[in-house]
Amino acid sequence: MARLIVLGGGVSGHTTATFAAKWLGSQHEVVVVTPNSKWNWIPSNIWVGVGQMSKEEVTFDLAPVYAKAGITYKQAKAVSLNPEGNESSGKPFVTIEYTDPSKEGQSENIEYDYIVNATGPKLNFDATPGLGDGAGQMGEHTVSVCTADHAVHAAHELHECIEKMKAGTRQKFLIGTGHGMCTCQGAAFEYIFNIEHELNKAGVRDMADIKWISNESFLGDFGMGGLHMKVGGYVVSSKLFAESLFAERNVDWLIGAHTSKVEAGKVSYELLDGSMGEEEFDFAMLIPPFAGVGIKAFAKDGSDITSTVFAPNGFMKVDANYAAGAYENWKASDWPRTYQNPSYSNMFAAGIAFAPPHLISKPMSSPNGTPINPTPPRTGMPAGIIGKAVAHSVCDLITKGDSAHLHEASMAEMGAACVASAGKGIFTGTAAAMTVFPVVPDFEKYPGTGRDTDYTFGEIGLAGHWIKHILHFMFIHKAKLNPGWTLIPE
Amino acid sequence: MKKEELNFQKSEEFSRTMIPGAFARKMRTCVIWQFIRFVTINIKMLVVVSKSH
Repeated sequence: MARLIVLGGGVSGHTTATFAAKWLGSQHEVVVVTPNSKWNWIPSNIWVGVGQMSKEEVTFDLAPVYAKAGITYKQAKAVSLNPEGNESSGKPFVTIEYTDPSKEGQSENIEYDYIVNATGPKLNFDATPGLGDGAGQMGEHTVSVCTADHAVHAAHELHECIEKMKAGTRQKFLIGTGHGMCTCQGAAFEYIFNIEHELNKAGVRDMADIKWISNESFLGDFGMGGLHMKVGGYVVSSKLFAESLFAERNVDWLIGAHTSKVEAGKVSYELLDGSMGEEEFDFAMLIPPFAGVGIKAFAKDGSDITSTVFAPNGFMKVDANYAAGAYENWKASDWPRTYQNPSYSNMFAAGIAFAPPHLISKPMSSPNGTPINPTPPRTGMPAGIIGKAVAHSVCDLITKGDSAHLHEASMAEMGAACVASAGKGIFTGTAAAMTVFPVVPDFEKYPGTGRDTDYTFGEIGLAGHWIKHILHFMFIHKAKLNPGWTLIPE
Repeated sequence: MKKEELNFQKSEEFSRTMIPGAFARKMRTCVIWQFIRFVTINIKMLVVVSKSH
């Protein structure tokens, strides 16, 4: 009997674990180690953050689902890896610390044959002074929609602002990224337009000033260097697409901004031209930068090999080309295909947890040397597809032996569907429905825009909103392993 | 002044982009047209999904 350990129970980890358990059956063991007791459909946190959904509608308990799938579930966080074992045993193991209230504080070493690191990110609030509380959590000045609990808090704060506006006090909303190296602009993009929609519904839009602040060098970069999409028969830049929506909704923007400090009611920022500025706010939702969760790695003799297994940002090294050098040398082939760790063949990373070879957007920095550019998005559809490919590879390695063919899922060969909600309501809501193919542009294959414009398109309307609604129910149905779950694509 | 022209004067950045007119806005929430777009977008997304696996 072989044992596969999956670290993380988010989109990628859950996909890996559930497919592996299905394909391996009861002859082998699948273990999930995740600090959370609930699964969260994160895209719908946007609606929780404006009070249109409850936390319960976007989360469910993991334990009964894993029991149904025959997966061993440990509510704990991984602390360190010993991929060569230790001096008393040659078997690799992971050290975990329980977060399960009944075992809190206890730790355990679990041996494995294969391990998949799908921990997702550490929300690195403390990278920006004032954005965090100094202890790794969100600070008191801003809100977030990164977790369901954060989103509940955001909805409460938003409601208070709406009450103030109804009482005649003008409010300033600042939404965007909380650092120069953030990713996930799409979530902030959705949130700002959902807020605008809710303020309209509440009849207080004229009492609100809404502003976007972002590390993108142009509006519509989205961490993918922007995209050219088919809209109304034209092939247009996402810059024009995004600017049009902002202008239509009367939302100002500040781009190329590194948020350097957050205080009560005020952020300080540095722009790409080196200038400094401040922006006041009554309500701010600033996405934190992401980092690896900080797992250590040790060799058999106990020496620290963290830098061998993980990149400096804490994400796990995989089969990517980390020596691509300058932007001019970047190629689609730099991006990983199998997500196998180059040092330990029984170790994989999936979803946000893998270290990308470089940015997708063009690297930028201010004259002061401050890097201000979005980091690559690896959430949602790519995370699910990568998780499934890794599950396939590990299952083949277990059942067919070490020479089994590894399955591939390069972000330079896969597309992504993105439905950015711009307000909820079956007949009043709208969403920007976009697909991009491939996620990482391939200028050798598509010399014009780097992407296939037959499959890279975007439009705004009710249709996108209906799709977003359907995706909400469909993916929760799939994650709960309800009947037909394998038929729903990642 | 037409609604779509109002925001152009609010900022220099707004004045350099495009803003949908009444017809485009109406089509975004026209249930019949959006149902057609719903089917079309779903088919396109399924193609992208199938090309990605």
